[in-house]
Amino acid sequence: MGPEHLPTTEFEIEDLEQPLDAAVRPAAEPDMVQLLDADGVRREDPQFSPFVAGLDPAALRDLYRQMFLIRRFDTEATALQRQGQLALWPPLQGQEAAQIGSGHALLPQDYVFPTYREHGVALTRGLELSNLLRLFRGTSSGGWDPRERNFHLYTLVLAAQTLHAVGYAMGVQRDLADAVTVAYFGDGASSEGDVHESMVFAASNNAPVVFFCQNNHWAISVPTEVQSRIPLANRAGGYGFPGIRVDGNDVLAVRAVTEWALQHARSGKGPVLIEAFTYRMSAHTTADDPTKYRLAAEEDAWKHKDPLRRMEKYLRAQALASDAFFEDLKDEADAFAKQVRAEVLAMEGPEFEASFQSVYADPHPLVAEELAWFKQYEAGFADVEGGAGATAGEGC
Amino acid sequence: MATMTIAKAINEGLRATLSSNPKALLMGEDIGMLGGVYRVTDGLQADFGKDRVVDTPLAESGIIGTAIGLAFRGYRPICEIQFDGFVFPGFNQITTQLAKIHARSSGMVTAPVVIRIPYGGGIGSIEHHSESPEALFAHTAGLRIITPSNPHDAYWMIQQAVESNDPVIVFEPKRRYWLKGEVDTQEPGRDPFSAQVLREGTDATIVAYGPLVPVALAAAEAAAEEGRSVEVIDLRSISPIDFDTVTGSVHKTGRLIVAHEAPTFGGIGGEIAARVSERAFLSLEAPVIRVGGFHMPYPVAKVEEHYLPDIDRILEALDRSLAY
Repeated sequence: MGPEHLPTTEFEIEDLEQPLDAAVRPAAEPDMVQLLDADGVRREDPQFSPFVAGLDPAALRDLYRQMFLIRRFDTEATALQRQGQLALWPPLQGQEAAQIGSGHALLPQDYVFPTYREHGVALTRGLELSNLLRLFRGTSSGGWDPRERNFHLYTLVLAAQTLHAVGYAMGVQRDLADAVTVAYFGDGASSEGDVHESMVFAASNNAPVVFFCQNNHWAISVPTEVQSRIPLANRAGGYGFPGIRVDGNDVLAVRAVTEWALQHARSGKGPVLIEAFTYRMSAHTTADDPTKYRLAAEEDAWKHKDPLRRMEKYLRAQALASDAFFEDLKDEADAFAKQVRAEVLAMEGPEFEASFQSVYADPHPLVAEELAWFKQYEAGFADVEGGAGATAGEGC
Repeated sequence: MATMTIAKAINEGLRATLSSNPKALLMGEDIGMLGGVYRVTDGLQADFGKDRVVDTPLAESGIIGTAIGLAFRGYRPICEIQFDGFVFPGFNQITTQLAKIHARSSGMVTAPVVIRIPYGGGIGSIEHHSESPEALFAHTAGLRIITPSNPHDAYWMIQQAVESNDPVIVFEPKRRYWLKGEVDTQEPGRDPFSAQVLREGTDATIVAYGPLVPVALAAAEAAAEEGRSVEVIDLRSISPIDFDTVTGSVHKTGRLIVAHEAPTFGGIGGEIAARVSERAFLSLEAPVIRVGGFHMPYPVAKVEEHYLPDIDRILEALDRSLAY
């Protein structure tokens, strides 16, 4: 069968390209909250500047310090993957301000549902960061007790955690507690049905949840305009709650906007969507090759907007931090990376038998039977191994 | 003792759970004022309020996903999926999240979510309203799956499901919702994850569950009139399966027929046949025979009687088994 069976169109090909092209062209860009521009110059915003006015020099330095530490951690993790110590690593480079700024605004009782790239948020929650690497080293599918720091396990199935965040917030409502949950997701995940359903449920319940979308412009190799023809922040309007775009490379703006959103949700006004406009400066994961799908010119343009660079410029220009601060910080970061490396290299896989024990919470006859069989099977090799070991021992 | 239908027994079981467990709550489509499309939750919202009997937006992934979040917060959500064929938008949440979070967290996080699903055919309905998808869930470790066949079990098993620290799917035999029976509301039910011998026999064993249990009992009665002594086991739990009770019976009778509405290919009957052949091979006088649906989408209502296993289909299998 040839192409003649296909429906014909009255358009010539040249005519057709125009409407198709228009369909994927983004609509007008929304306003973007920015308090620190790419050159480190403060911008005033009547609504959001007050949220960071109370940050003293030590607090400002600490925002930079945490961004610096997490970038160093990220570099070390990438190196560990290259050296065969991790199966995979999803770098956060470029998204430090979005993560440190938002995490910094949280209160201890708030609960975070991350994707798998929120290493910076984990740092702000006080998580022992080497635990993040257990998943990627293949020693655990989780790696920490999420209740200790109210930081849930990484979720790899895109957007699944956004519904968990809303459900958790529905529980918070029933407990009459003042916690807010934060659902992190990305521009790629924004296309998943679970994001839609989570926003429907959040609006329906007026749940205390903040949707924090890091629009890093690339879902592996697919640009954001394939996911949405309107700015992602504008989608909130369709659900009936506020959506706001913030410069995701501006740690002060992210800090301010997130605190505003948390207050909004905490005070019973319902959900908020934040779109942090940022850029994945590195690869999607260590298995990715961005040179195949994006231009170096684009990457260079975003290097100019680097979140650390602008904050360093600001701290130096305003004499908020000394040279010694930056030098000490580099030493601290190197020591931190060294410590993480040592901890990771010491991580061993669990006993395989532990895999049986965590399938169910309550006793389960099939699992018990299979475990018993496996133990017996393994025991059958004992004599063989013992014999082989003895022989080797004698040889030595 | 009280006589009531399966639907009423589940309603009373839910009522008992909501009364005794302040963390329990119901979620689903149309379960509030309407009481669900089968009226199983009738009157519960009026008595327990909208925060505990929640009419959700119409989205199955949303129902399961938010229930998981509620469970993380310490609640015991009981979700209703309106029909068997509508569970699939929530399949991702059930299989990748609900079933795995305990293992993912090395046992630190539990997700005691209960999912009620009316299932099975025989109600003359339209597409997606008559399916038996239990095997798709049984294949996923981390889930427990039970199915009552009578009002007494229906009353107790829903309460026991809520008490489980693991996620439990309760498949409710919708064409038996109006089946009446005695319910002992004082005497706690047996272990929900065990099978029950409903009728003792010596010549052959029929294992059935959910909507086919009354059919299996009727087939055994018909066989008795021909002088055959047939044992009938209500499996009750599809995951885990109480293989001890099943193989114990096979040791006695030597012949086994497994009946379910779901297609035989890749179904629970195949799993039982395989296990029994491993455990009781020398006791078997004949191959294990499966009676079930065909390898086709559930057919239209006007011909579903040919699809559904009935007494004759079970008796035909029995004849084949006894002929060995």
